[in-house]
Amino acid sequence: MHLASAVDPSLADLSNKLIYSAMAVYLFGMFAYMFEWTFGSKGAVAVRSSEQSSLAETVAAAAAGKPAKAAKKVTVTVAAAGGGTTTLTRTALAGEGATVVTSGRGEGEEADGPGAAGGSEKADLAGRIAISLTVLGALLHAGGVIARGLSVTRWPWGNMYEFSCAFALTMVLAFLALLAAKKQARWLGLPVMVAGLLTLGVATTVLYTDSEQLVPALHSYWLAIHVSTAIICGGAFYAAFITTALYLGKDSYDKRIAAGLTTGPLRTSASVWQRLPAASTLDKLSYRINALVFPLWTFTIIAGAIWAEAAWGKYWEWDPKETWSFITWVAYACYLHARATAGWKGRKAAYLALAAFACWLFNYYGVNIFVTGKHSYAGV
Amino acid sequence: MSNTDTDTGVSRPDEDERTAERLSSAPAESDGPAGIGAFGWLRWTWRQLTSMRVALILLFLLSLAAVPGSLIPQNGQNAFKVQAWKAAHTTVAPVYQKLQLFDVYSSVWFSAIYILLFVSLAGCIVPRTWQFVGVLRAHPPAAPRNLTRMPVYAAWRTDADARTVNAAAHRLLRRRRFRANLADGSVASEKGYLREVGNLLFHLSLFALLAGFAWASLASGQGGKLVIEGQGYSNTMTQLDDFKGTAFYGSEDLDSFGFKLDNFTSRFQTSGDQVGSAREFTAHIRYWKGSDDSKLTKGDIEVNHPLEIGDSKVFLIGHGYAPVVTVKNAKGEVVYSGPTAFLPQDANLTSTGVIKVSDYGFSEKDDKKVKMAFQGFFLPTAPANFDMSTGPRSLFPGDADPLLVLNAYVGPAGDSGLPENVYQLDSRGMTQLTQDGQIAKVKLKPGQGWTLPDNYGTVTFDGYKQWASFNVSHRPGNAIALTGAVCAILGLIGSLFVQRRRVWVRAVALPDGTTLVELAGLARSESAKIAEELAELAVDLQDDAPALDEPDPDEPALDEPERDEPGTDAAEAEAGPAPDATPDPAVPADPHSKE
Repeated sequence: MHLASAVDPSLADLSNKLIYSAMAVYLFGMFAYMFEWTFGSKGAVAVRSSEQSSLAETVAAAAAGKPAKAAKKVTVTVAAAGGGTTTLTRTALAGEGATVVTSGRGEGEEADGPGAAGGSEKADLAGRIAISLTVLGALLHAGGVIARGLSVTRWPWGNMYEFSCAFALTMVLAFLALLAAKKQARWLGLPVMVAGLLTLGVATTVLYTDSEQLVPALHSYWLAIHVSTAIICGGAFYAAFITTALYLGKDSYDKRIAAGLTTGPLRTSASVWQRLPAASTLDKLSYRINALVFPLWTFTIIAGAIWAEAAWGKYWEWDPKETWSFITWVAYACYLHARATAGWKGRKAAYLALAAFACWLFNYYGVNIFVTGKHSYAGV
Repeated sequence: MSNTDTDTGVSRPDEDERTAERLSSAPAESDGPAGIGAFGWLRWTWRQLTSMRVALILLFLLSLAAVPGSLIPQNGQNAFKVQAWKAAHTTVAPVYQKLQLFDVYSSVWFSAIYILLFVSLAGCIVPRTWQFVGVLRAHPPAAPRNLTRMPVYAAWRTDADARTVNAAAHRLLRRRRFRANLADGSVASEKGYLREVGNLLFHLSLFALLAGFAWASLASGQGGKLVIEGQGYSNTMTQLDDFKGTAFYGSEDLDSFGFKLDNFTSRFQTSGDQVGSAREFTAHIRYWKGSDDSKLTKGDIEVNHPLEIGDSKVFLIGHGYAPVVTVKNAKGEVVYSGPTAFLPQDANLTSTGVIKVSDYGFSEKDDKKVKMAFQGFFLPTAPANFDMSTGPRSLFPGDADPLLVLNAYVGPAGDSGLPENVYQLDSRGMTQLTQDGQIAKVKLKPGQGWTLPDNYGTVTFDGYKQWASFNVSHRPGNAIALTGAVCAILGLIGSLFVQRRRVWVRAVALPDGTTLVELAGLARSESAKIAEELAELAVDLQDDAPALDEPDPDEPALDEPERDEPGTDAAEAEAGPAPDATPDPAVPADPHSKE
């Protein structure tokens, strides 16, 4: 008999402290986002986004600086879903090859809201503080995940606690990546913080296990492949879920406004909905995330099947985890098909997306906790 | 059954412009049978079955039908659990049994759903493949007469000759890898065929997956074998503990090989809240191939690293302990000696087993031929003290402080003729040995012995060995399934990320001597960047067709009589495509798009 060793307790301890610190920072970040939403309610007017106006300025500047003849300019008319039209103008400066795109909006198109801060400077400041806190929290969080891995010199996703930490981290990082890519995504900050804190909270209270070596079943390079992609899919599905839920809210708000009411669904304040992006933008975004992640989810299941073949001798045994991965896959496939079928767009498809995410969530928490299968490691 | 649509194919230049506007060819869904009589009904049923709506319902049913199998124990995975569940739920168990809820994934209703789904899929995909071949062989659909009706549109006037502009546009589109065709004063082009290729590939590869599954379930076989350290195994029916074959793989098809288990390494967590968790299992073996067992190759079998021999794989699936015991009869003759595998009962490897001494010889007491059996527990790490009434329980799966607990049975020799479980004692006809009116029981540490009551001889606990259980599996069809899976992912990527779109360019000479250049685009997808692409094309085309100064630079040339002004009421009425064309016009390119 040999004794298992190779755990660095000080690093494992550091990891725990870093995760707790990250949670504290996220909590403050969440409050800051709340302040942003609260202060921003005064200045909430649906206006053209700053991105749009800045583009327009760039074009104006380019046009002013150059003689008109040197520029090639094209205006494309786009038929909008509502029956109106939008135009997109592309200007190329002769000899320089640089092109600038600007887009104007017609009456048919809904405008995106201005974001959580509305027009308020105070709210904008709160939002900036919130983002700084999110970055700080993410650094601590990443440190925690890395320290956990280093303490046992392996990939830090050998059990549900580690998986949850990594999964919450990808969610926050994805949000920060959107911001870094200059996308208007600050409105996602509050839901991301709530989702991240919930995941970490469940992880540290219910799912916690000490940093240890792995059971032999997990001694495989497939751990790095199969579980990493599962983590990424989880983060992305979560983000798509948030967007879908907001789409449904915004869509009901639009309908209520059209019906002459003044509040959002469940008597929520209209100013919150006004500041969110347009329903069509949210809908498109959630579709894109889901469509982007679906092949990766397919890959995750296939990688799992290959691993199962190596570990258990059969690539598919209808183990509960396998079954629910399959159900999740089919649910998302239904959603993608529904989007392509007339009559199922919009709200109906969105409900399907919510159901698919519920399957994913049950596959993660439900199957591990309530159903016994082969995917139980380190207690859960 | 797909998220893109193909067009119906052939398009002649003078054909109805609807053809050009259709990127969709999903069969029109009729509400009732088209003809009269049985044939009409059959055709209607077939149309319904192959429609997207029914396919979606079937897909949804499939996921719903998979649910009970994850919540109710399944025979395929753990028949023992099914028995226990049936015993605990006696009222509903017969109903569940009738509904095949213990064999969901091979049940009639589950099979019916996926077979219907695959039939529906075939009925949709096969015609579409032919259609797509037709599309590839034909020219892109000619430009519609009224390009302003297209979802994206751009126009300007130029001095250049109309023919030159059309030729330039043709060159430009070709350079940008569009399939382009110049005819009748306009250029028709299309790009993004990989979307439909991917779509068809994905759905066809599902059939490959199904074929892999089917082949595996028809031609695979597996057997189990428990091997104690120092013992060997050769892959024949007689040596296997159990074997499950299929129609095309029986006991006579077993690959010829064998191996010896030299020793087994196990390692467990010794501290923390995961104490007792396994950390390493390795079976160190030497194996041979074919019938010649003299050429041995060293190898290790671990949990994720099966041994591959020929078409078979040997998986390590379990391990335990085998106490080595020597039994001597009253005369001092050795009647039994060797290791006996005990089966683990819990996570700490509290193991139970039976040592059967069938050749004991004659009893001292009445000189009758008897057999003996010892029933016992093996604890790899025994507690310092335990109450015999609660039963012995091991504290740790590693062999830190091993202990063997035994009691003995005696009975008349002879075989009942029925097959016997080697791990269980059939004590019928046997009597348990007693000492001082109590059941005779002993706790032995390695090296210790026990003198049996009533002068039945001695038992010594010489030591223990580990055993490993292996699953010898032959599963063909994995390569087919894997190929199908890889193609499915590639197909998905194509069908979700490639945008299929059409672009038309028409340059027409106007009465005033100038030329009107019109560009229009059509795309049917969720994240069409068609507007930006059209703008880029237009900017490039202006190298050959420089725009004339317009009175209002924001408005394109507007003096075409049949054209409607964009943004006006007329455009609103007509801006969208015809009602029977694509259900959604291309979404406008959006600077906020999170791509």
